[in-house]
Amino acid sequence: MSENKRVKEPFVRIARRSSIYWLKAWGIRAAAIVAALVVDALLIYFITKLNPLSVYGTMFQGAFGTNRRIWMTLREMMMLLCIAVGLAPAFKMRFWNVGAEGQVLVGGIATAACMIYLKNLPTPVLLIVMFVASLLAGAIWGLIPAIFKAKWDTNETLFTLMMNYVAIQLTSFMVAQWENPYGSNSVGVINQNTQAGWFPRIFGQQYLLNVILVLALTFAMYAYLRFSKQGYEIAVVGESRNTARYAGIDVRRVVIRTMLISGAICGVAGMVGVAGADHTISVNTAGGRGFTAIIVAWMAKFNTITMMLITALLVFLDRGAVEIASMYNLNEYASEMIMGVILFFLLGCEFFINYRLIFRHGEGK
Amino acid sequence: MDSFISLIQAAVVFGTVIMFGAVGETLTEKSGNLNLGVPGIMYLGGIASLTGAFFYESAVASPNAILCVLIALVCGVGASMLGGLIYSFLTITLRANQNVSGLALSIFGSGVANFFGGSLNKLAGGVGQISVASTSAAFRAQIPLLSGLGVPGRIFFSYGFMMYLAIVIAILMQCFFSYSRAGLNLRSVGENPATADAAGINVGRNKYLATCIGAGISGLGGIFYVMDYTKGTWANDGTIEKLGWLAVALVIFTRWKPKNAVWGAYLFGMMYWLYFYISGLTRSTQELFKMLPYVVTIVVLVLVSLRKKREDQPPEHLGLAYFREDR
Repeated sequence: MSENKRVKEPFVRIARRSSIYWLKAWGIRAAAIVAALVVDALLIYFITKLNPLSVYGTMFQGAFGTNRRIWMTLREMMMLLCIAVGLAPAFKMRFWNVGAEGQVLVGGIATAACMIYLKNLPTPVLLIVMFVASLLAGAIWGLIPAIFKAKWDTNETLFTLMMNYVAIQLTSFMVAQWENPYGSNSVGVINQNTQAGWFPRIFGQQYLLNVILVLALTFAMYAYLRFSKQGYEIAVVGESRNTARYAGIDVRRVVIRTMLISGAICGVAGMVGVAGADHTISVNTAGGRGFTAIIVAWMAKFNTITMMLITALLVFLDRGAVEIASMYNLNEYASEMIMGVILFFLLGCEFFINYRLIFRHGEGK
Repeated sequence: MDSFISLIQAAVVFGTVIMFGAVGETLTEKSGNLNLGVPGIMYLGGIASLTGAFFYESAVASPNAILCVLIALVCGVGASMLGGLIYSFLTITLRANQNVSGLALSIFGSGVANFFGGSLNKLAGGVGQISVASTSAAFRAQIPLLSGLGVPGRIFFSYGFMMYLAIVIAILMQCFFSYSRAGLNLRSVGENPATADAAGINVGRNKYLATCIGAGISGLGGIFYVMDYTKGTWANDGTIEKLGWLAVALVIFTRWKPKNAVWGAYLFGMMYWLYFYISGLTRSTQELFKMLPYVVTIVVLVLVSLRKKREDQPPEHLGLAYFREDR
């Protein structure tokens, strides 16, 4: 005993928690968000000298102030949620699909192509054709890196990242092909007069179909990952490839199948963006959401229900910041800055959920 | 001939931006940190140097060229290293996921840079876009005698000092990895941190230093872009982001060897600008040509994984956090 005393005990050491009460975990996350909002408030104050509280009030107005704004917020949320849901199976398998941006874009291109070339089909048929086309396009874009990963263990993070830029250039190419009017270098609103291929209004609401479609996908994915045999296989492959192999799971098949699903849903997100929201296609159709969705999927621990909460928070911030920007004559990139700070805090707080600090003399918290 | 020389010039200027980015990222990746925040870091470097130079130029009547350059470099490198520090703290100390932290840093950096780039002048009470003419001129100053030497002068000496700095840093970095004890230690941390730890190498310190210094070097790319490529102005057009991802691509292309970045960066520049010098391309087919650097990178990535040559592989522990008690 006395010999042990002579060893200098570090001021603080770290131990992994075996488990944490869920309420405590969410308390830590809530504290992180509050801390991030305080840091953001300071940032806002130093830049604009405005009262941060009234700025947050303005943000709330911007996101939920009018009926129309609520629907815009919902529309943005559904788009982001759809991509995050698509990423969930891939990430659960620990396959780093950072190619959502590209998968969304090719899905968008497929949708736009259907809207342009098949505009004479009756609406329900056209919608189904668009759905299938965007699904296939996204699936193919996801399949290419998956095959190389499965066969030759090619690094998927870097591969999917590069595929994004191939897709962006492909989009630029298609935009130049379809530009309307000539020389504008943009496609313009597709089928402005006939509205062929646009998501139809349901109960008079323009964006209700987006909500229905994406929520259906969200719950379906939750059930798929949680209750199906394939979902279990994904979890095992994600935890340990060797265990999976030992249990007789064909890892290659699971990788390829899961990436097909992941890419396909991201492709559908492209359709939601093109046919359900923008009614046009450009390199901004994905607009960085493919990257934001990665963070959503990761922070939600691949639980698609939790993703709804996180997308709601991020989209609220984004819409709110757009409102501040126009009201106080700043530019809308303020939202990315605010979002960045919140992401840092949310990522950092996971440490306190997974580990506990033990201080010298005593058990710590 | 004339258009060929201007292709080379365009490629060299373009290549210098991504060479800085790639060499810095190589240093980071050698420590096992896959920092996807390179675009964010380049953004931070670019905007901080612009801001520093802007305040200096508007504070004094006749700005001193050397001070201009120093202020821009210190601000830019400092801000980039801060970005690297945020990333290091999150991934090394707090063990957050590297991919996600890097992407968050990219979002943050792009937000900060485009926000201030677009509204700095307004916040400072001016009108129109920000511009730092004197600093940019100092960055673009060419070597007086050599640049007038006809064709070789135009190919080799028609650039600002940072173009040569990029080559020097890349070569020094290669020497550091190949011939120094510290470089060997760093590589061992990236390959297998547990073994390095057992051998008495301070894993955390190596990772922190490599990531922060790497971020500083990547940030030089942002500074060069703002001061030289766009001549001291700012545009919210997302070009830095594109270049940042190209820098990540270049790291793969060079197979984690900075010496390859010297020619690889210019090759990327050539591939990027090639469409401009091929006649008969329409506006749409030009866009397909711009895919070239990315497609080539994918091909290299696939070939590397097919051939399985040991010296071509990424660091073994790239992208994974290290926790001593987690074995």
